[in-house]
Amino acid sequence: MKALLALEDGRAFACRSFTGPGETSGEVVFNTGMTGYQEILTDPSYRGQLVTMTYPLVGNYGVTPEDIESDRVQVAAFVIREYQDNYSNFRASGSLADYLKDHGVMGVDELDTRALTRHIRQAGAMRAFLSTNDLEPRSLAARARQIPKMVGQDLVQHVTARQPYYWQHGAPQPCRAESLNEGVWDRQNDAYRVVALDYGVKYNILRCLEKNGCQILVLPGRTDADTVRRLVPDGIFLSNGPGDPEPLGYAVETVRNLLGYRPIFGICLGIQLLGQALGGKTFKLKFGHHGVNQPVQNLATGRVEITSQNHGFAVDAETLDANAVEVTHINLNDNTLEGFCHRQYPLFTVQYHPEAAPGPHDAGYLFGQFAQMMKDNR
Amino acid sequence: MPKRTDIHKILIIGAGPIIISQACEFDYSGTQACKALKEEGYEVVLVNSNPATIMTDPEIADHTYVEPITPAAVEMIIEKERPDALLPTLGGQTGLNTAVAVAQNGVLEKYGVKMIGARLDAIHKAEDRERFCRAMESINLRIPQSGIATDMHTARRIAADIGYPIIVRPSFTLGGTGGGVAYNPEDLENLASAGLDASMIHQVMLEESVLGWKEYELEVMRDKNDNVVIVCSIENVDPMGVHTGDSITVAPAQTLSDVEYQVMRDASIAILREIGVDTGGSNVQFAVNPDDGEMIVVEMNPRVSRSSALASKATGFPIAKIAAKLAVGYTLDEIPNDITGETVASFEPALDYCVVKIPRWTFEKFSEAEDLLTTSMRSVGETMAIGRTFKEALQKGLRSLEIGRHGFGADGKDESDSENPVLSVSDIEQMLARPTSRRIFYLRQALVSGMPVEAIYELTGIDPWFLQQFAQIVDMERKIAASGGEFAPGLLEKAKAYGFSDFQIGFLTGLGEDHIRQMRKSEGLRPVYKLVDTCAAEFEAATPYYYSTYEAEDEARVSSCKKIMILGGGPNRIGQGIEFDYCCVHASFALKELGIESIMVNSNPETVSTDYDTSDKLYFEPLTREDVLHIVETEKPDGVIVQFGGQTPLNLSLPLLAAGVAIIGTHPESIERAEDRQHFQAMLNKVGLIQPPNGTARSVEEALVEARRIGYPVIVRPSYVLGGRAMKIVYNDGEMENYTRLAIVASPEYPVLIDKFLEDAVEVDVDAVSDGNVTVIGGIMEHIEAAGVHSGDSACVLPPYSLAQGQIDEIAAATRAMAKELNVVGLMNVQYAIKDGRLYVLEVNPRASRTVPFVSKATGVPLARLATKVMVGRSLADLGFTEQVHPLHISVKEAVLPFDRFPDVDTLLGPEMKSTGEVMGIDTDFGRAYAKSQIAAGQHLPAHGAVFISVQDSDKQAVLPVARQFADIGFEVLATRGTRSFFEDNGIECRMINKVSAGRPHVVDAIMNREIHLVINTGTGDRTREDGYMIRRAALKFNIPYATTIACARAMGRGIAALGDRALGVAPLQEYHKSS
Repeated sequence: MKALLALEDGRAFACRSFTGPGETSGEVVFNTGMTGYQEILTDPSYRGQLVTMTYPLVGNYGVTPEDIESDRVQVAAFVIREYQDNYSNFRASGSLADYLKDHGVMGVDELDTRALTRHIRQAGAMRAFLSTNDLEPRSLAARARQIPKMVGQDLVQHVTARQPYYWQHGAPQPCRAESLNEGVWDRQNDAYRVVALDYGVKYNILRCLEKNGCQILVLPGRTDADTVRRLVPDGIFLSNGPGDPEPLGYAVETVRNLLGYRPIFGICLGIQLLGQALGGKTFKLKFGHHGVNQPVQNLATGRVEITSQNHGFAVDAETLDANAVEVTHINLNDNTLEGFCHRQYPLFTVQYHPEAAPGPHDAGYLFGQFAQMMKDNR
Repeated sequence: MPKRTDIHKILIIGAGPIIISQACEFDYSGTQACKALKEEGYEVVLVNSNPATIMTDPEIADHTYVEPITPAAVEMIIEKERPDALLPTLGGQTGLNTAVAVAQNGVLEKYGVKMIGARLDAIHKAEDRERFCRAMESINLRIPQSGIATDMHTARRIAADIGYPIIVRPSFTLGGTGGGVAYNPEDLENLASAGLDASMIHQVMLEESVLGWKEYELEVMRDKNDNVVIVCSIENVDPMGVHTGDSITVAPAQTLSDVEYQVMRDASIAILREIGVDTGGSNVQFAVNPDDGEMIVVEMNPRVSRSSALASKATGFPIAKIAAKLAVGYTLDEIPNDITGETVASFEPALDYCVVKIPRWTFEKFSEAEDLLTTSMRSVGETMAIGRTFKEALQKGLRSLEIGRHGFGADGKDESDSENPVLSVSDIEQMLARPTSRRIFYLRQALVSGMPVEAIYELTGIDPWFLQQFAQIVDMERKIAASGGEFAPGLLEKAKAYGFSDFQIGFLTGLGEDHIRQMRKSEGLRPVYKLVDTCAAEFEAATPYYYSTYEAEDEARVSSCKKIMILGGGPNRIGQGIEFDYCCVHASFALKELGIESIMVNSNPETVSTDYDTSDKLYFEPLTREDVLHIVETEKPDGVIVQFGGQTPLNLSLPLLAAGVAIIGTHPESIERAEDRQHFQAMLNKVGLIQPPNGTARSVEEALVEARRIGYPVIVRPSYVLGGRAMKIVYNDGEMENYTRLAIVASPEYPVLIDKFLEDAVEVDVDAVSDGNVTVIGGIMEHIEAAGVHSGDSACVLPPYSLAQGQIDEIAAATRAMAKELNVVGLMNVQYAIKDGRLYVLEVNPRASRTVPFVSKATGVPLARLATKVMVGRSLADLGFTEQVHPLHISVKEAVLPFDRFPDVDTLLGPEMKSTGEVMGIDTDFGRAYAKSQIAAGQHLPAHGAVFISVQDSDKQAVLPVARQFADIGFEVLATRGTRSFFEDNGIECRMINKVSAGRPHVVDAIMNREIHLVINTGTGDRTREDGYMIRRAALKFNIPYATTIACARAMGRGIAALGDRALGVAPLQEYHKSS
């Protein structure tokens, strides 16, 4: 079925819906990974975004319940060059089109995704409207201009946990504790007690924490510092999440009040919250980092990690107090900040995704580092 | 970290001649490495025996040794040059093996040379199957169950343990020579014994069969700080069981989810670490069970490989260049990514297109060889195509193959295209069940016949994802055919996006190619060009490396400056290889020197011409009329060069001319004139030259009449094949009748061409360059083999060694006269024969020839570069080249033949070309230069020992002086009964040995027992087949040097005598050229 994607600046791309009729909108971003579409679709950090894959053939290996990063498809729409309905993989349980349809998310193909990507690279990530009903470029572009901008929006509220939950044996388990205190932890278990503040956490982060000897309680993003302290955790994890960190004052407040209390490890949005809590500023990148091939240098070792990334905002390293904060990782493509630690507090954080999913496992050591930090602080 | 300053001079070992499994890719990698190291200020010493390479151009390295790649020669070079380091990982398996040899025999230690790029122990660990097995076990990776055997007894025992089918892999060989799949104990006997013989260390590994599993390759780079990146993943369309060099492959991998891909990535990195590849590129191969995803490691190469070249071209990431920089101490994050200019090499390329590589085979050249693909590589070249979809890339790749196909069938060339289907279901099933060079086209026929994908999967093991892609192409084919040319909106565009050529659409609709082209033109439907940029458009790309596709946005950046387009040669095949790529690259260099923009068009990923920094612009595209015209329409070049890329672009010259394309240099009609028999005859008459008597025949009767008129022996060939295919020398009416009957039945519309065969004539090859007024001879080469052996298979010497000055002058004058008559502007090659003092013109080719690079290496004159400048309007006088250069040294070119790959093929030479490559020997006298050429070609000339001589009767007189010479230099002469009495009658002492048919022990036993050190055996093939064939194959198998012509035997005698005089020395080209 014919569809049209119109950008706020008036550029429009003809395409075809492979999921039936529909309309949707959001910010359009590109991801350069050649594998991992199901992980991308279910990554809560993509909330509110139309994602285009630069690799043209998508759907090749179908979908499987094993490769999800949250309980639903998060993207606003999926934009690709050539959808592959005939999948082939021993793990596949169904086709990508059926999967998107089941989640009510639009998928379009037969679109010049390279042209779209080049346009975003040159003009920046921007709002877009996708429709199978309205195929008129001007009216659709006008509608794109009417949707709210990414900057200033709190998208976390849409993806954070409604209720606390445990992550056990690779899956979420309801937390039935009457009140949140030290009693929530499994006393028989010597594993580190980790509070994960959920701004849109990817399941693989929780899987990695569990693999590294943690018992995890996931809390809603609006949880305050006192609540966390009542739990007496060994460590605090600040998750990834979608959109602009600027309007998340409540989260910054919580983080600021937890500085120095227990070891903290932050990923992606987590670094942006920590950055703000330590007095730094964040800014919007032109088109963000979305892919699995971003080179990040660990300044302590000089080693380069090939990393998985997905963020449109970043911490401005210049605004951090160099006396308090030590930059530990930088991006070799554009020299943006990729990680820092604190000179006094047991705290470290990275902008990229050491849990990968999708992407290389080069930075998986950071979960071990977090465990070590908790051990040293026990 | 800065580069190493403790080393200043680095030795690079090249890969030697082009052979099956080692082609142009190592010229590409070696050239990149030399340039990269020179750029860093290192002094580079290079050894490579292959004169047709760019890397052996005197300006690429500082000291260029065109010498045999043997441990002895490398030791002499080390002794002379005293390099600080040896970089062994860029010259393929040959380079690696030679480096290992000089490391093990203490030469490196003796002269204090460090091995950089790969440690000796790492090489051993990767190459020795037993150690590799243990290494993989230690990092918890599974490899197939296996056992190592160094004798047949053990081999049988292991096979009994593991069970059949079982894979036989010899250790330390090229491309798995001697390997294969044994389905039963009988197969095992054959394969394992051949494998033991083929192995340098007399060892085979017997391995659990994973036939039918999916096959993958990862190209990995690691630096000294342990940073590792995966440059590219490759998935094979053909499952395990077909050598990866013979498999259609696709990049990136298509059917792995991220979870599975990351497991493979982690494994590759762990393998590099465990093996100890400290810096550089490696290639790791995996097999994956399609049913449960179980992954096993197949092998790894701790060096730059054929796949690395493919990965470089597929991604834009220059693996060899970066490997060289890593070897001297840089780290990946210190090396810029040239393509983006703003990022660094420590990243993993992101592709936003699909790449398909398709091998090019030449089974038609070896009629006795079975067209069957196994674990031993058979293809001689490959083509690569880029598209936005797999379907598009596949079809582009298939029409790039130069086999007369226009895509995935649908071009009227398959059985199923005929009105009455001639293939039954069981025929198709048979064609699918065994992998062959033609299976891809039978896959289409199976789908056309309605065979379900599941059934095809059962037969082929090809992943259903690929089969579905094929099925989608066939569905589109049906839609196109059903339209009858009345295309529904968007259908034509979609067909083009599926990679269909105008020819295919024209065939399917019955409207013809031109009609479709016009239809598209009127609708404005044409391709756009997109960039290969390593980063999927995330960054701006600085290098213009393009491919075509049918989509919305065109990224071609067309300049307004003066520009010339060069059409390359497409895939390597026998008869058209690296020599033509060399010429194209030189054209590009020349244009750069003149400040003219160069635009390269080619489809061969192995080459230097398709390196992103060779030309100003690169279009990685099929060399077909349609694809080339599209580029011309986009770029509007001031001129197009067709005369350098061999037959491929030449075939396009008239169609391009007809389309109004400005072809520069010699006019295509002149080229045509030289090819057409009648025009050629008229031209010769005009300038007072002669050719051997000849005629044509359309029936057996006519052929006999013509042959008798001309006089036997004659050379016959059908007129519809080029490049010496199906040529034969016939001696009598009986043979003539048989041949003509077959040829005429096969192709009644074409006549048979008959030429007088000039027996024992001396053949001469001449390369010249002309600017339209002045013609200067580049070089005159005298063939060592007599007329009747294809010039590409004949050894030749420059300058001529037996011609009188008067003859040489006559040849030069004749060449100049023909150049003038044909208005040659650019290169020209002439083949002459001299018989009884008369000069015959055999062939004139007003274009680049196979010998141009050899002549340039021998004389120091960059002929192709001069020719390019002449073609854009410069005169030879302007360029300062008006006199032929007469070198004082002797250069010998020897052909290298692929007989070891084709177990049942006779090794006799004939009018049909069979060689894959060439080597060059240079020295101050003929014997030594010839000896070097033989050693370089892998003939281990003995200094003494026993020579076995058995020749056909017509050669008996001629072989006498040869036998006498061998006796004089101390060889024992062995001969069969008849020859012995002839020798003894003529005073040559000789020992009798049984013919094979005369009972044992016979000559083949003696060869096997290594009691014979040299074999001289002539014959015509058919008549002496019984004995001669077995002797020749035995010599080949046991690596005993052999001569199949008297001329060759004579030259060998001189070479061996020269070896005895004093030890061979080495000298760089730069020194030879200085003294010329």
